[in-house]
Amino acid sequence: MITKKDIEHIARLARIELAEEEEEKFGKDLGAILDFVNQLNKVDTSDILPLAGGLPEGLLALLENETRPDEEKTPLGNPAELVNAAPKKEEGWIETKAIFKETK
Amino acid sequence: MSFDNLTIAKIVSGLKAKEFSAEEVVSFYLENIRKRDKEIHAYLEVFEKEVMIAAGDIDKKIADKKIDSPIMGVPIAVKDNILIHGTRTTAASKILAPYVASYDATVIEKLRAQGAIFLGKTNLDEFAMGSSTENSAFGPTKNPHDFDRVPGGSSGGSAAALAGDLAPAALGSDTGGSIRQPAAFCGAVGLKPTYGAVSRHGLIAMASSLDQIGPITKTVEDAALLFEALRGRDRYDATTVETKPVELKKSDTLRGVKVGVPKEYFGEGLDKDVGECIKNAVKLLGSLGADIREIELPHAEYALPTYYIVMPAEVSANLARFDGIRYAHQTRSAEALLEVYEKSRKEGFGREVKRRIMLGTYALSAGYYEAYYGKAQRMRRLIREDFRRAFESVDILVGPTAPTPAFGFGERTNNPLQMYLADIYTVAINLAGVPALSIPCGRVKRDGKDLPVGLQIIGKWFDESAILSAAYTFEQSQ
Repeated sequence: MITKKDIEHIARLARIELAEEEEEKFGKDLGAILDFVNQLNKVDTSDILPLAGGLPEGLLALLENETRPDEEKTPLGNPAELVNAAPKKEEGWIETKAIFKETK
Repeated sequence: MSFDNLTIAKIVSGLKAKEFSAEEVVSFYLENIRKRDKEIHAYLEVFEKEVMIAAGDIDKKIADKKIDSPIMGVPIAVKDNILIHGTRTTAASKILAPYVASYDATVIEKLRAQGAIFLGKTNLDEFAMGSSTENSAFGPTKNPHDFDRVPGGSSGGSAAALAGDLAPAALGSDTGGSIRQPAAFCGAVGLKPTYGAVSRHGLIAMASSLDQIGPITKTVEDAALLFEALRGRDRYDATTVETKPVELKKSDTLRGVKVGVPKEYFGEGLDKDVGECIKNAVKLLGSLGADIREIELPHAEYALPTYYIVMPAEVSANLARFDGIRYAHQTRSAEALLEVYEKSRKEGFGREVKRRIMLGTYALSAGYYEAYYGKAQRMRRLIREDFRRAFESVDILVGPTAPTPAFGFGERTNNPLQMYLADIYTVAINLAGVPALSIPCGRVKRDGKDLPVGLQIIGKWFDESAILSAAYTFEQSQ
């Protein structure tokens, strides 16, 4: 059961502000989706190792650790363009709000 | 001459034989887009000026014999979650609406170097999350086979561009079926390569352990040509490996090919007519000489619930970067930093994206991680084992790409679980990392319209050649 409090907690963790009607809708939706995924509990996986993805063990040899010489390189992409993608910037710096609100 | 339904192969041979110029080819597609795309809405942006300049350059290079490549002069539509330097890349999200890409994706760099021309950016479900392209912040795309129906998703714009003859080839991305399902709905060929075959550098990440870029084309030969141009190791995507060149056997028989038919793919939920279509396709494979065997994928039914933990978990992490500070949209009503995050994301993300971020955040949160994410990761190993075991006795697997033909607008938008079921046969392939393609295998009638059905062909890791070769033989015999 997903409560209103759960939804508010998840929304805060996810850094998304929700409108009142969204809280209600997501509460129902998440409940339904979690009921659906709970069918996984029918399978005993206690002896199975977790798998994050990637290739099967036999093919892992295809991936080798690679190192490069410790030399200065041109950065990927133009730094000015990267900064330019930010909505607020000033003279090559990205501008943000302060962490705390000003108290009067 | 008619330029209708050109393919990559025909364009390149025509250019080589000087039957036409790249400028003429590009003009043909621009004209089609002008005439038809107001209705279809496959494109979010068309590079009208740039393509003509690029086509002129290619024509000159060909005349001067400075280029010779199997995709030279071919106009390609690009899903709008793939970065092209200096152009807008939105992922069909309001949060990225004003974003201009600061570098080229590796696939773009590779195609550019081989003389491809980028026609424009195609519509998708926001951040590639959806199965109908209805989740685009810029409005849905229509299925050219029936304007009342969705083109599938999330690469719906790319697939619809093919079906409407608004491009001869397109790029899509596939996290749980987003290339194959729209290809099936639109009657195109769509290939999701093996995990690690194609670089995702410059693809806006959705779920990094599942995402792959791949081609959507009109023919199997074209899919092979475009995949060959895309594949290979890239130092900017550490999951990529160097693979062997594609070998497309242009055979008229499938003798010696062992084809597995997973019985789990013909159960409840499969549309009766689609099921008939697939069974006929399997019969045809048999009559072409293939050795057909029924096989089992015992954990098939658990693929979708596993996917709906793994994918949102990765989504919630990947989309944390859209914080209102580094890219594009920032709220105007924040007084402090936390509000910048929370309000920018509130204003910028659509409902499905928020839903998946919320779901993934929950599955990864303290107290629930092992019950959900841990469980799903263990299931993922069982699902991959199913495929490994199946491929000990067969060369390829076949089944339906999607359980139904294209559905109507609005039919599933209010019920997320209904929408998720559209990917029931495709998600396991991403969880296992194997390659799979969808190829048109017939049509079913709905409301007086003929709708395409897709046959999914699944292969062993890095054996794209086997599925492309089988698909080629199947295509030629139809």
